Amino acid sequence: MAAPDFHALANPLRFQRLAVALTPWLLALGLGFLAVGLGIGLFVAPPDYLQGETVRILYVHVPSAWFAMGGYLGMMLASLAAMIWKHPLASLSVRAIAPVGATFAAICLVTGSIWGRPTWGTWWVWDGRLTSMLVLFLLYLGVIALIHLHDDKARGLKMAGVLAVVGSINLPIIKFSVEWWNTLHQPASIRLSGSSIHPDMLTPLMFSAVGFLLLFAALVFMRMRALIAEQRLEVRSLRRVARAG
Amino acid sequence: MSLLWRLIRRDLQLMAGRPGEWLMPLMFFLLVAILLPFAIGPEPRLLARLAPGLLWVGALLASLMPVSGLFALDAADGTLDQLAVRGIATETLATARMLALWIGFGLPLLLAAPLAAMLLNLEADVLLKLLPGLAAGTLGLSALAVVAASVTLGARGGGGLVALLVVPLAIPVLLFGSRPMEPGAPGLALASSLLLAAVAPFAAGAALRAGRG
Repeated sequence: MAAPDFHALANPLRFQRLAVALTPWLLALGLGFLAVGLGIGLFVAPPDYLQGETVRILYVHVPSAWFAMGGYLGMMLASLAAMIWKHPLASLSVRAIAPVGATFAAICLVTGSIWGRPTWGTWWVWDGRLTSMLVLFLLYLGVIALIHLHDDKARGLKMAGVLAVVGSINLPIIKFSVEWWNTLHQPASIRLSGSSIHPDMLTPLMFSAVGFLLLFAALVFMRMRALIAEQRLEVRSLRRVARAG
Repeated sequence: MSLLWRLIRRDLQLMAGRPGEWLMPLMFFLLVAILLPFAIGPEPRLLARLAPGLLWVGALLASLMPVSGLFALDAADGTLDQLAVRGIATETLATARMLALWIGFGLPLLLAAPLAAMLLNLEADVLLKLLPGLAAGTLGLSALAVVAASVTLGARGGGGLVALLVVPLAIPVLLFGSRPMEPGAPGLALASSLLLAAVAPFAAGAALRAGRG
């Protein structure tokens, strides 16, 4: 099998054509999968024997956590590609992914907090996983802030790329440290270990996860298109100024 | 090695000529320790319990102070370009600056830590275990300061942006460093600091090079 030709996608026009064709499909399929996943999750799947109905927030909480983390990984790979190959769309995609990933992390934190209230009796506990998601959210915010606080946009993107890579090197350490600290101070909390989920709950979770993934991709593509359009507008207005002067 | 040493010596000489640069973070660190008893009350046992964590938070916040000037002056007066023209790698410059900051920021902090510990009624044996962690941790904090300074060079946003970038990345160092009495923590504090110190010169070097255009 021949390797896929990623360089072809470096051409913004060709990428634009692909994105225009794919976005509606991704969006429609994503919403469809999400509707099925949440529909089964909220109305059909059995309540948890211990947590009752509150467990249903899982179908939003867990996928948003997965793709908040996956999004950071994607952003890091895009940053590396931008640094190594000076790929213009790669650095643009850092900017496209960051707010989407941050939103997913925020959804995960908010739903976790809402879930924590009835099960743990408090809006927030310094649980290892909650805390590392909070740190991930802050890392996203740092990348976004860095992009926007540089007046020179290209420079801001490069700096955000460096930060994203440093953050991803540190992320496993942060996760390890937080879990080390948590197990030391908070011995028991209610947790779902992956293998122990009953199929009745796993099926809607998988549907909802696929929905979240497709939505993530659709949102990133939409942002990429907007950013490319913005860039072309800028170039056009610069050209107009040059012609007039 | 002598180039690195010359760069470090230059930074230290400049720092000696501008005492505010190393005195202010030190002052800030002590002020945090002075502030706590007013906020939570003068009960000695409570202060002693909070002291290790508070000294670490103070050190972390103090490490944010030198960031804004770390590369800005060199960028403004052309020193960065001068070094680039001479073919000196940005990674070398970043390494030198990190080590100079460790000496110029970490060393005074270590000297001030016993004073702050006394103000907070911290036991001597806890302090003795805290100090090596603080010595290692200030290297990690210096590394993060150099990274933050290089990526924010020329950006708006000031101290708030720097804090947003440094705080999440400093969590492991803070977490392990502020628990000197727990088994394993000091070693892990050293390890996470060394990791930051190993990564920072390359990250800051790449950012400085990218910033040159």
